[in-house]
Amino acid sequence: MKKWQCVVCGLIYDERLGWPEEGIAAGTAWEDVPEDWVCPDCGVGKSDFEMIEIA
Amino acid sequence: MSEPVVIVGTGLAGYNLAKEFRKLDGDSPLLLITADDGRSYSKPMLSTGFAKGKDADGLVMAEPGTMAEQLKAEVRTHTRVTGIDPAHKRLWIGEEAVTYRDLVLAWGADPIRVPVDGDAQDAIFSINDLEDYARFRAAATGKRRVLILGAGLIGCEFANDLSSGGYQVEVVAPCEQLMPGLIHPAAAAAVQVGLEGLGVRFHLGPLLTRLEHAGDGLLAQLSDGTRVDCDLVVSAVGLRPRTELAAAAGLAVNRGIVVDRRLQTSQPHIYALGDCAEVEGLNLLFVMPLMACARALAQTLAGKPAEVSYGPMPVLVKTPVCPLVVSPPPRGMSGDWTVEGSGADIKALCRDASGRLIGYALTGAAVQEKLALNRELPALLA
Repeated sequence: MKKWQCVVCGLIYDERLGWPEEGIAAGTAWEDVPEDWVCPDCGVGKSDFEMIEIA
Repeated sequence: MSEPVVIVGTGLAGYNLAKEFRKLDGDSPLLLITADDGRSYSKPMLSTGFAKGKDADGLVMAEPGTMAEQLKAEVRTHTRVTGIDPAHKRLWIGEEAVTYRDLVLAWGADPIRVPVDGDAQDAIFSINDLEDYARFRAAATGKRRVLILGAGLIGCEFANDLSSGGYQVEVVAPCEQLMPGLIHPAAAAAVQVGLEGLGVRFHLGPLLTRLEHAGDGLLAQLSDGTRVDCDLVVSAVGLRPRTELAAAAGLAVNRGIVVDRRLQTSQPHIYALGDCAEVEGLNLLFVMPLMACARALAQTLAGKPAEVSYGPMPVLVKTPVCPLVVSPPPRGMSGDWTVEGSGADIKALCRDASGRLIGYALTGAAVQEKLALNRELPALLA
């Protein structure tokens, strides 16, 4: 399970936790998050996230 | 060689515009000019750095050299633009003239300074960019007590962050609630209780009138007679878009540099976005509208003129002790508020006369309802 960070606003996507309130189940790998998903804080797309660490 | 597209400023606005532009146009010459050191960082992180134990270097995502390579651009750092000459499509850096194909002003806003008496003005810090943050962090090392001026969004975020980072925080602001004008009083009360639980003390109503050195620390005197001992003061009373150079060049300015939906100023080939820009009357100092502008302007600069539109733009306030998301009613719309919930979990909704949702403030567990509510919200700039 990895963590990804939005390079624009710093928001972190943690694969272990997923994003249940946005319909992304806990344990969802980043590659399985829909391509049209955007950062809830700043509106950037998946291409502007980067991996910050491997937990 | 053709003249470059010149972007003044390498904050979120400048660098993200350059990134979006390069997705569409890989070849046109591109020059970025900044008065700062040009390091790339995410500004929202400036108000979470103490809790995460990150110093300024730790927040840097890329050095200017790396950015230049990635963007296939020239990045001139520590370089201050001193004038713009729209008639000749050039700008001035002191005596040096730089001509442009198109010019983009992305130079941000200045922190507002409030006048204070006393001999300790030098202990008042504003934190509006990475270099400010580095200065403040250096000054805060080994200190314990911070007085924050202002209980707006940034003041509240700093209060949470500095408390979590181990500082004893007091906040003084001439208002009756936190984030007045932005959130419903019930939501403000929830956040206040949360921050007080961290040990933050609020002085709502008075102003700081005098700040003096006293022993090893500072003595702050408030207008209601209260005296506060502290070591440092952070001023977070608001930002003023930088408009002077634009006005001097004859560009229309109001609160910010006036631009239309194509982000064009009153002069052709000069554009503005980010904290310095007023887009159709809206000067929104948030990341989401900035990114919408960057994407639209990149299209225009790449030869496909595009207009920006804003959907609903909820703002997530970084007060982790009591999470808050807010979407104030758009200007010109009014309605009635209803408040549900209690304690830390407040759902305040604003509906117009026809019952349509036009704004909200959600705290605590209610934040989870954000997505469902966003679908009902009107666009800010349709």
